[in-house]
Amino acid sequence: MLQVISLLVENKPGALMRITGVLTARGYNIESLTVARTLDPTLSRMTIVVDVDPNLRALVIKQMNKLINVLQATDVTDDHRAVTREMVLLRVRAPLEKRTAVLKEAEIFGARVIDSSVEGFALEATGDPEKLDEFIGIMRSYGEFDIARSGVVALSLRPRRPRLSPPVPAPGETGADQTPGARNGQEVLRSGRRFEAARR
Amino acid sequence: MAVLMNGARMLLECLVREGVECLFGYPGGVTLPFYDAMYDHPIRHVLVRHEQNAAFAAEGYARATGKVGVCCATSGPGATNLVTGLVDALMDSIPIVAITGQVSTKLIGSDAFQEADTFGITRSCTKHNYLVKNLKELPQIIHEAFYLASTGRPGPVLVDIPKDVFQGQGHYHPVSSIHLPGYKVYTEGHAGQIRRAAQMIWEAERPMVYAGGGIVAAGAAAELRELVEIIDAPAVCTLMGLGALPGDHPNFISMPGMHGSYAANMGMYSTDLLIALGVRFDDRVTGRLSSFAPHAKVIHVDIDPSEIGKNRAADLPIVGDVKRVLQKLNPLLRELEPELGERKAAARRAWWRQIRAWQQEHPLVPAFSDSEIKPQHVMVEIDRLSGGKAIVTADVGQHQMWAAQFIRFSEPRHWICSGGLGAMGFGLPAAIGAQLARPDKLVFAVLGDGGFQMSVPELSTIASYGLPIKIVVVNNGYLGMVRQWQELFYNNRLCAVELDCFPDAEKLAAAYGFKGRTVERPGELARALEEAVEEPGPYLLNIRVSPYENVYPMVPAGGAINEMVLGPPQPVPVPK
Repeated sequence: MLQVISLLVENKPGALMRITGVLTARGYNIESLTVARTLDPTLSRMTIVVDVDPNLRALVIKQMNKLINVLQATDVTDDHRAVTREMVLLRVRAPLEKRTAVLKEAEIFGARVIDSSVEGFALEATGDPEKLDEFIGIMRSYGEFDIARSGVVALSLRPRRPRLSPPVPAPGETGADQTPGARNGQEVLRSGRRFEAARR
Repeated sequence: MAVLMNGARMLLECLVREGVECLFGYPGGVTLPFYDAMYDHPIRHVLVRHEQNAAFAAEGYARATGKVGVCCATSGPGATNLVTGLVDALMDSIPIVAITGQVSTKLIGSDAFQEADTFGITRSCTKHNYLVKNLKELPQIIHEAFYLASTGRPGPVLVDIPKDVFQGQGHYHPVSSIHLPGYKVYTEGHAGQIRRAAQMIWEAERPMVYAGGGIVAAGAAAELRELVEIIDAPAVCTLMGLGALPGDHPNFISMPGMHGSYAANMGMYSTDLLIALGVRFDDRVTGRLSSFAPHAKVIHVDIDPSEIGKNRAADLPIVGDVKRVLQKLNPLLRELEPELGERKAAARRAWWRQIRAWQQEHPLVPAFSDSEIKPQHVMVEIDRLSGGKAIVTADVGQHQMWAAQFIRFSEPRHWICSGGLGAMGFGLPAAIGAQLARPDKLVFAVLGDGGFQMSVPELSTIASYGLPIKIVVVNNGYLGMVRQWQELFYNNRLCAVELDCFPDAEKLAAAYGFKGRTVERPGELARALEEAVEEPGPYLLNIRVSPYENVYPMVPAGGAINEMVLGPPQPVPVPK
């Protein structure tokens, strides 16, 4: 079964490579991956859909959370309060006699016509990935056809604030202890810390 | 107070601020500005003879001290040569920072001379890595690199610096703070879990302490010893953890695993409570996982949450710095002792009787012979000369296992070898790093004849810096461990394992300007080693040992750890 992973990551070069590296190192093929900025432009939200061995799912999440650029990685596969959506753009060839039928089907699935020409339509549909599969299947029966899918985006409605580490003094600054191991003590994590406050 | 300087100079300022005393490196085209800045700077640069050995030497330095080791290489081939050392440091959680040069930012991606995608190549070889695109970021990134390398679960961090960033002029502002919001280090350990651990420990009938490299990394040897003595449980130290408990401690029952002692492995198999401290249940320790410690509950303390439950499910996980966790656990154990200590006392006495019986049944006994030098005999002599105080670096293979079995260490950071990666050619450069870090220490580099020949160029480094390393080549004329496997599992069809034409040690050492000799008779061994130790400079001792000696006990790959092969099945066949 597919696993849906939602990540909040620092918007830095190489972050994507590090995250996918956790999966590609095991030879997993990524089904879909979306990434874009969040409200805070220094952060990105990423959704990955991947077929992971059920025994290794928790480990994969832990290993993603271990990455320095990852603020939070969560498995939302079984999260009932998570919503997943995907968008698809379709180009369907519809000769005159089929145009009404195509539009009827589009309406049933809540798809919008974004372009119309003598040859046919360009349609846009958003929804559950399975629902989109059905829609695509039906549209395909009308003939020549092409699609572009966005990949799944997911968001958990569970308020889950990432645990963030506060700044620590650089060596030579007051409060900085340079003896081996001592610097470990400086990053005491506080859960529920306000995200914005921590970033300031 | 901002001072105008170039990037190379800024890098040096940051290194000094991080307390770096020396770095191991090899210059090249794009690092020229950095080497130019070092020309009149007091920082010590140690010129090795191959970049791989720069990384290994930095590891040796880090392993001997706990401080961050620093290595430096140029772009392209310099950087790719570092890769083995970076992976080695990653596998064994050793703090090193690697500085690599990169072609100028404008040339990146153009297949420029000596260009390689170092940032991409080393992504999976490091704990974290950086490509510095802008001089302004440089000081911040350098301090982040040291911070990441040395905290949490230590590891290698690489910083790739393009030539124009080295050359660019800018105002240097000392960095005041490091902020890595996504870098999550859990150090304290959950108080409730620690309390439950204390209860579980007193309720166990057959407890076993399983201590690893995490104890060494955390500097928790004293706390470990205290724990072992409070609960009076038998303890094993993994290959990476040797020295965490003194080698002659009565509770220490040697190393577990593929070539572990009979008592250690039987103990691990039979225990009902495994107290796993800074370990990762490596396959070389557990053997077949499904039959590893089948009767045991597991308390697993580790600073890296992704290690918990990775190979063996933990009944009681504690994520934290093992030193801090033990500092809280030990007083709790004392507190609960009057109430719970006696409850299982009888069972625990029986457990000790069983452990002692195993130890007597099949002790780790070194082999001796009057006609040829047994490799184990070499280790016993080194143990005698060291008295637990010398630093011993090893390469990888049979000699490494014999050294681990028979040389005892009274403190951590005295036993230095490539554990997780098993990288041949590690021992000699690591000894260079260790000797530079600890000039007060007697350093033995115990190598096989295979690994020695991988690192021969570094004899030049040793001679040039006058490092009094005692190089002991345990020479059986074979890639011994591979030969052992071919003998035992491939019908003794020996293929590509014979190493003939070993150089004359005396002449080889003399060519570099130091002393060396070859020893072939058991009667000469002790004196030859003493001579090497008495020599104020480096010494190359080539010891011809019996070619067909195998390491026992042995758990065949994929076997259960209680199913050890304790010795050769029949007289060892001599192939023609």
